[in-house]
Amino acid sequence: MKATVKKRPGKSNGHNDVWNLRLYVAGQSAKCLAAVRNLNAFCEAHLAGRYRIEVIDLLENPKLARADQILAIPTLVRKVPEPLRKIVGDLSNTERMLVGFDLRPASP
Amino acid sequence: MAKTNGAGKGTVAKLAKAPSGIQGLDEITGGGLPKGRPSLVCGGPGCGKTLLAMEFLVRGATEHGEPGVFIAFEETSDELTANVRSLGFDLDKLAEQKKLLIDHVILERNEIVENGEYDLNGLFIRLGYAIDSIGAKRVVLDTIETLFGGFANQAILRAELRRLFRWLKDKGVTAIITAERGEGTLTRQGMEEYVSDCVILLDHRVTDQVSTRRLRVVKYRGTAHGSNEYPFLIDAEGFSVLPITSAGLDHVASDERVSTGVARLDAMLGGAGLYRGSSVLVSGTAGTGKSSLAAQLAKESCARGERCLYFAFEESESQIVRNMGSIGIDLRPWIKKGILRFVAARPSGGGLETHLALMHRRIKEFQPRMVVVDPISNLVDAGVMRDATSMLMRLIDFLKTEQMTAVLTSLTKGGDQREETEVGISSLIDSWLMLRAIEIGGERNRGLYVLKSRGMAHSNQIREFLLTSRGIDLLDVYVGEQGVLTGSMRISQEARERVAEEDRVRDADSKRRASDRRRRALEAQIAVLRAELEGEEDGGRRAVAGERDRLTRRREDRDDMARSRKADAGKEATNGRGGVRTGART
Repeated sequence: MKATVKKRPGKSNGHNDVWNLRLYVAGQSAKCLAAVRNLNAFCEAHLAGRYRIEVIDLLENPKLARADQILAIPTLVRKVPEPLRKIVGDLSNTERMLVGFDLRPASP
Repeated sequence: MAKTNGAGKGTVAKLAKAPSGIQGLDEITGGGLPKGRPSLVCGGPGCGKTLLAMEFLVRGATEHGEPGVFIAFEETSDELTANVRSLGFDLDKLAEQKKLLIDHVILERNEIVENGEYDLNGLFIRLGYAIDSIGAKRVVLDTIETLFGGFANQAILRAELRRLFRWLKDKGVTAIITAERGEGTLTRQGMEEYVSDCVILLDHRVTDQVSTRRLRVVKYRGTAHGSNEYPFLIDAEGFSVLPITSAGLDHVASDERVSTGVARLDAMLGGAGLYRGSSVLVSGTAGTGKSSLAAQLAKESCARGERCLYFAFEESESQIVRNMGSIGIDLRPWIKKGILRFVAARPSGGGLETHLALMHRRIKEFQPRMVVVDPISNLVDAGVMRDATSMLMRLIDFLKTEQMTAVLTSLTKGGDQREETEVGISSLIDSWLMLRAIEIGGERNRGLYVLKSRGMAHSNQIREFLLTSRGIDLLDVYVGEQGVLTGSMRISQEARERVAEEDRVRDADSKRRASDRRRRALEAQIAVLRAELEGEEDGGRRAVAGERDRLTRRREDRDDMARSRKADAGKEATNGRGGVRTGART
C-alpha cells in the first residue's frame, strides 16, 4: 500500500479545489488501519468527489518522515488547499476533523 | 569531597563509558557518559546544554570514531552550524563525511489537531533511519521536551518517551537528552523520571551582577563521580569544565630550590630560596611592594629560562612593564622571547569560577613553571568569599600537581599588619612573605619578613625592603628604643655608628701612641740605669784589680824582703796568707 490514490469525480460543494490529503502510517497497526478507514468515510461524507488521498507507509519510506516533518503516527496532512493542516490520531472523531479542516457539517 | 578522588578510578562497577571529549567532564565522571545509555543534561535557558551536547557529538565523530545524530527540536541545522562555527566546529564538513547528521524537527502547535489515538512512531522511524544511515553511535535529542508543547495528550507522550528511551538503549547508542530546568525540579517535564542513568545539571547563576557557569553530576548510576559543582567555561575552544582531579593531596613535593634572585632573600629562606612547585604568598598593605616582589620572582624565573605566566588583575601589561622597569626589573626582553606572558583582566569581567577556569586553560596552554597571580585578593571581589577559598585551593592544588611555583599576592586591608589574608588561604601557603609598612620618624618604609616557610629553616629577622633603580635589595634594620629603624633613621643610625667607629679607631691610635711614649721613656730610664750599673761594675772591677796588683806587689816585696832576711819559706807562706787578709782590710 505504497501510495493508494483515490479520486472521485463529484459534485461541487461551493469549493472547486481538489483536496490533496496525505496519510502517513507505519505498517498495519490497528491505529493506522482505523485511520485509513475513518479518513475514507469522512471524505466520502464531506468531500465527495474532490479529494485525493495518498497513504504513505513510513516503514517503507523512512526518508519521508524527515522530509515531511512527521513525528506522530498516524498523521494526516492537508497541503492543498492552504493553509497546511496536520491532524494526528486515528481520526475517529468526525467533529474534530471538521474543526481541524475548517469545514462546516455538510448538511444538517 | 570524599568522592572527589573516586573520579578517574571508576571503582564500583566497570561501566562501559563513552568519553565525551569535553575537557574536564570525563575526569569528573571517571571516563565519560554511560556507553549505550541515555544521559540527561538539564539546565535553564542559555546555560550551554546544546553546546555540551554538540561538542559531545563532534568530539565523538572526530576523536573517537563515533558518528552522531543530532535531533534538533529548537534550532535549524543552519542555525546550529553557524552557532558552533565560532568554536571551530565545521558541521558541514562532518555532515559531508557522514560523521554527523542533523535533523531539525519542526513542531507547530497551531498546525496540529489531535484526533484520536496516535503514537510517535514517526519520530522513531526518523531517528532509526538517521542512525542507520551513518552508523551513528551517539545521539542527541535537543530539547525533547518541546514535544510537550507540540502535543496535547500527555498520557500518550509520556508513554512514548518511556518507550523511546528504552528503544535508544536497545539500539545501543550513547545519547544525551537535554531538558529545561523546572521550578524546584530538575526538569520542567520530569524527564529525570525516564533518563536515570546519568543526570548532569548545568547552572548559570548571577550573583552580584557576576555570572558564573557551573556543572554538577547529580546522579551517575553505578559509578563514583565528583559530586561537587564545577565551574565551566564556554569560549573559543568549546566547553571546558575545570578539572578537579588535582583537588587532592597526592602531589609530589620537589626538593629542588629556586632562587628568588635577591641574595639576601634567599638567605632568609634557609639560604637556598623557594621550593619548586611550592605556593608563595606575598601579602601586605597597599604600596608595600607586593607586585614588585612578584615581578622580581617572575623575572628570575625567566632568567632561568623557565616560562612564567603572570595574571594581572589590577594593572595592564604595559603598566606593569613600565613600573617594573623603573625599579630595574626589565621584563620586556622576556615578553619578547615568549618566556613571560601576561594575562590581564578585570576581576569583575567574570565570576570567580570563570576566572579560575580561564586561568586553568591559559596555564594548560602555556605550560609555565611559575604562575603569578597579582593579586588574589581582587578575585574575591568577583566571587563570594567562601567560594574563593575553595576555588583557590583547587588552583593551588592544580599548580602543585603540575610542579609549578605559585606566586600569589594579597592585599591586606586596613592599616594594621594583619597576619591573615582576606581570602583565608594561609593554610594552603608554603612560604609566606609578609611585607609591612614601618612608619616611624615621619617616614614610611618597607619591611619584609618570612612569616612562614615550610620545610626550611627560615630567618626570623625583619629586613628593610628597598626598591632601588637597580632592583630589590634587603637590608638589616636597626632595633632602637622605639622599635626597628628604617629609612633615614637607619641611615642616620648607620652614620652614627660610623662616626663612633672612627672615634674608636682614633682613640685606639692615640692610646697606642701614648703607650709608645711611655714605653720609650721607660726604656730610656732603663738605659740610664743600665749605664749606671755598668759604670759601678766597672769601678768595682778596677778596685779589685788594683787590690790584686797591690797584693801581688806586697807579696813580691815580702819575698824580696824574705830573700834578703833568708827566712824559712814554708812558715812565711802561712803568715803571708794572713797578711793578705790584713791587706784586704786596709
